[in-house]
Amino acid sequence: MSVLELRDVHRIHGAGETAVNALNGISLTVAPGELVAVMGPSGSGKSTLLNLCGGLDSPTSGQVLVDGTSLQSLSRKQLAAWRRKRIGYVFQNLNLIASLTAAENVALPLDLDGVRKSRRQAEIALSEVDLDGYADRFPDEMSGGQQQRVAIARALIGERRLVLADEPTGALDSRTGETVLRLLRSKVDAGAAAVLVTHDARHAAWADRVVFLRDGAVVDVSSRDQPEELLSTP
Amino acid sequence: MSVKHGLLALLERGPMYGYQLRVAFDSATGGTWPLNIGQVYTTLSRLERDDLVAALPENEGQRPYEITPGGRDELRKWFATPVQRGDRPRDEVAIKLALAITTPGVDVAKVVMTQRTATMRTLQEYTRLKTQPGDLPWLLVLDAMIFQAEAELRWLDHCEASLLRYEPRPVPAATDVEVPR
Ligand SMILES: Nc1ncnc2c1ncn2[C@@H]1O[C@H](COP(=O)(O)OP(=O)(O)OP(=O)(O)O)[C@@H](O)[C@H]1O
Ligand SMILES: [Mg+2]
Repeated sequence: MSVLELRDVHRIHGAGETAVNALNGISLTVAPGELVAVMGPSGSGKSTLLNLCGGLDSPTSGQVLVDGTSLQSLSRKQLAAWRRKRIGYVFQNLNLIASLTAAENVALPLDLDGVRKSRRQAEIALSEVDLDGYADRFPDEMSGGQQQRVAIARALIGERRLVLADEPTGALDSRTGETVLRLLRSKVDAGAAAVLVTHDARHAAWADRVVFLRDGAVVDVSSRDQPEELLSTP
Repeated sequence: MSVKHGLLALLERGPMYGYQLRVAFDSATGGTWPLNIGQVYTTLSRLERDDLVAALPENEGQRPYEITPGGRDELRKWFATPVQRGDRPRDEVAIKLALAITTPGVDVAKVVMTQRTATMRTLQEYTRLKTQPGDLPWLLVLDAMIFQAEAELRWLDHCEASLLRYEPRPVPAATDVEVPR
């Protein structure tokens, strides 16, 4: 069964004269072990789409199902618990908590669920994004790219079924960006589902499918299910 | 670049005969530049004519070649000289798109989209190869292809955005063009 399913989703922001049709009938499924990248120009609806997938926003019409359950049918409390345990989210504007250290930020979702030894897990997650030795730094003591990696570590920690990442590599150099994508790819290969919003084609290329959005609609999909024999490794 | 310099570089590692050169060339370029054995022998005979390589005595029916001091000079010069953009083949995608815009009845947006999907799929294939173990020279060749595919995708996005604002100028009809007598 798919982890995530969108059925003819529409989202209109605002009302009346200023209403914006941010999404115009999107249908999409993401299975376990599948990484889907979403590309499109600024304003094409990428963040709106991701917010709907994570239950942070709800569709004007259509349905968002996670593990077969419609998000609209959950109570606020159920939704919050589900998000905390099962969804890893990297926001376009990081939102790390300024008064917590890197390790505390990363461990937060585990702590909220009473998981023991969260500190140790957080340190491991930080070292996976090349931030050994940064565990006790506060966000304002780190560079933009380092903060971005803390946010990624936080999204990947624990047993996430679904990882949603909005431009997670925006502030990273090419090499570090690749490290993050390899990490996301291995999380997905281990059974998670993920949706990645990115402007960077090289990062999108790590996905199994790349969805192109224009004005709130899917205009094309590039899938690697139809592999062409392009090259052979020597 | 020419096959000539590729072979000189390989012979700098030590003497080799034709078949070995073909295999080494293939592995150095990650199979991206298939060379047939005929090309290898034609190039070797030209290099020999120009005193850049020398044939060694035959050994078990195979004739190995070695690089000469002149060949070594030529190789140094090649490494020291940057490749000029103009030396590369023309970009067929760019030319196709330019013609699509001025050819009546062509859905240019569709041409862009079709190319974008194909190039993205290629990029996905290359990226998949990165997850397999490989040594550094091969990985760097692969990265070069990845960055080129990425550049093409960015350019296609740019084209699409520009096309949205494009007002075509009337193209002179063939009959308006003066034919020099
Ligand atoms: N809360 C809101 N109220 C009104 N309009 C909104 C709201 N959020 C987004 N929009 C509009 O919806 C459209 C889609 O926005 P969205 O943030 O999804 O774009 P995006 O693809 O993520 O762009 P970017 O690449 O710039 O992040 C835009 O036209 C935007 O102005
Ligand atoms: Mg956005």
